[in-house]
Amino acid sequence: MDAIEKKLLHEVAELDSLPVGAYNIRANGKLESRNTTAHINIVTKEDKPGIDIFIAPGTKNESVHIPVILSQAGLKDLVYNDFHIGEDCDVTIIAGCGIHNCGGAAGNEARHDGIHTFYVGRNAKLRYVEKHYGEGDGRGKQVMNPTTIVHLAEGAHMEMETTQIAGIDDTLRKTSGDLAEGASLVIHEKIMTTGDQKATTDFVVDLNGEGCSANVVSRSVAKDVSRQEFISRINGNCACAGHTECDAIIMDHACVLASPQLTANSVDASLIHEAAIGKIAGEQLIKLMTLGLTEKEAEDQIVNGFLA
Amino acid sequence: MLELRHVGYETGENKEILHDISLTVQDRFVAITGPNGGGKSTLAKVIAGIYQPTSGQILLDGVDITHLSITERANLGISYAFQQPVRFKGLRVKDLLSLAAGKNTSVNDACAFLSEVGLCARDYIDRELNDSLSGGELKRIEIAMVLARGTRLSIFDEPEAGIDLWSFQNLIRVFEKMYEQTKGSILIISHQERILNIADTIVVIKDGNIAQTGPRADLLPGLLGSADAASAACSVLANKVEGVRR
Repeated sequence: MDAIEKKLLHEVAELDSLPVGAYNIRANGKLESRNTTAHINIVTKEDKPGIDIFIAPGTKNESVHIPVILSQAGLKDLVYNDFHIGEDCDVTIIAGCGIHNCGGAAGNEARHDGIHTFYVGRNAKLRYVEKHYGEGDGRGKQVMNPTTIVHLAEGAHMEMETTQIAGIDDTLRKTSGDLAEGASLVIHEKIMTTGDQKATTDFVVDLNGEGCSANVVSRSVAKDVSRQEFISRINGNCACAGHTECDAIIMDHACVLASPQLTANSVDASLIHEAAIGKIAGEQLIKLMTLGLTEKEAEDQIVNGFLA
Repeated sequence: MLELRHVGYETGENKEILHDISLTVQDRFVAITGPNGGGKSTLAKVIAGIYQPTSGQILLDGVDITHLSITERANLGISYAFQQPVRFKGLRVKDLLSLAAGKNTSVNDACAFLSEVGLCARDYIDRELNDSLSGGELKRIEIAMVLARGTRLSIFDEPEAGIDLWSFQNLIRVFEKMYEQTKGSILIISHQERILNIADTIVVIKDGNIAQTGPRADLLPGLLGSADAASAACSVLANKVEGVRR
């Protein structure tokens, strides 16, 4: 692995050496290295690119790292990763994708499309962390279109943290979930777009089981002439609780579209949506300047804090 | 020492808010009082650099700071506690205290600043300065930030507003301790007799002018007997004034 690939690995998975526990590192469309443990097995799919990850029932306090890195200009990578999380597990999965598109000509985009499907067993707890990062001076674009599909069984709980702070020119992030009785899903998304980047996120959550709940929260910053769209649809089909929130800071000549939608198919569905888009308040900048920061430093602090 | 020479401030619509203010601040505690809308907060903002004066000169320890930015004045040693503290989504109490102190604040340091304003650091350092904090809590954190800065001139715009559940005596103790540590001047905009009562000098601003200025002992009795004292004199206060006279 060369220096560029190591840097990408650090950015997306905070890994400077091989992680402890199970991992599967994919570099430039090929398996770089893999480790399995007594409770976690990783198997290459035979019918299409991708892997199956099996976590045995009752596995506690273990983690799986599955970073993907692309450093060849113009490479297009598509993977299907399926996660089978057994009953009563309590595990963390850290995924991430880093693209370095160097020297690519315009139109020579580097692209990673990951389709992740989670089958979370009864009463299992899963924390899923996903980070996307792109860099490169070439004119070729960095494109990522992650799709996440979540099936939560009775009493399962999943927390999903997704971050895309820099360098992705074009992204369509699709997330869908269905929840059985007593299941809960919490999603925290953080996005920052700069230049002429485009980011679209599309969440659809079906609350199907009695007493299940979903909380979808997005915080984003749109700078320069970038464009973001946030679409979130929560369907309450029974006695359930759903909340979706989009909070965006808009700067320069950017554009943000927030479109939260709620559908109640049951009188007992309790659904809330919130969306707020605005520029950095002048008084926030002034307050930090009275502490000795320049206007630019104040702006950076506010943006970094907002996305922290 | 802060010196204002013939400072005036007009808004863009040619509305004159401050006229020809000349003032020297070199005492420990200088209280600015006067009726609402008289220009007190505008004066504080002109000193902090939030508003640029349209005429006159401002000097800090002999250096002309009239045309310096907010940041430059802050770095020269001016702190300003807002009347209405600002909320920040995502920034935590610890972050703001670190920015104020100009270095990473340890839990111990944060504890020292926050306990001064009656807050337990453990409960607050990781709290965001968002809507989950009450106005009174934000106000105390605002004061703690000025403590963390420890500069030679600290301006407080109505520090007592919203801190009823705490106590004036503590607030006054904060000012006294701050003076011991910084030996700088503390400029307090207030209507509160108990705060006016600790001032070395009182300045009364009315209609954008200095209506009166002088030592507390000279001004306070008259103020308490006039309609300009924002709060009516009460017997407790009258006793205090008697104390001053004696």
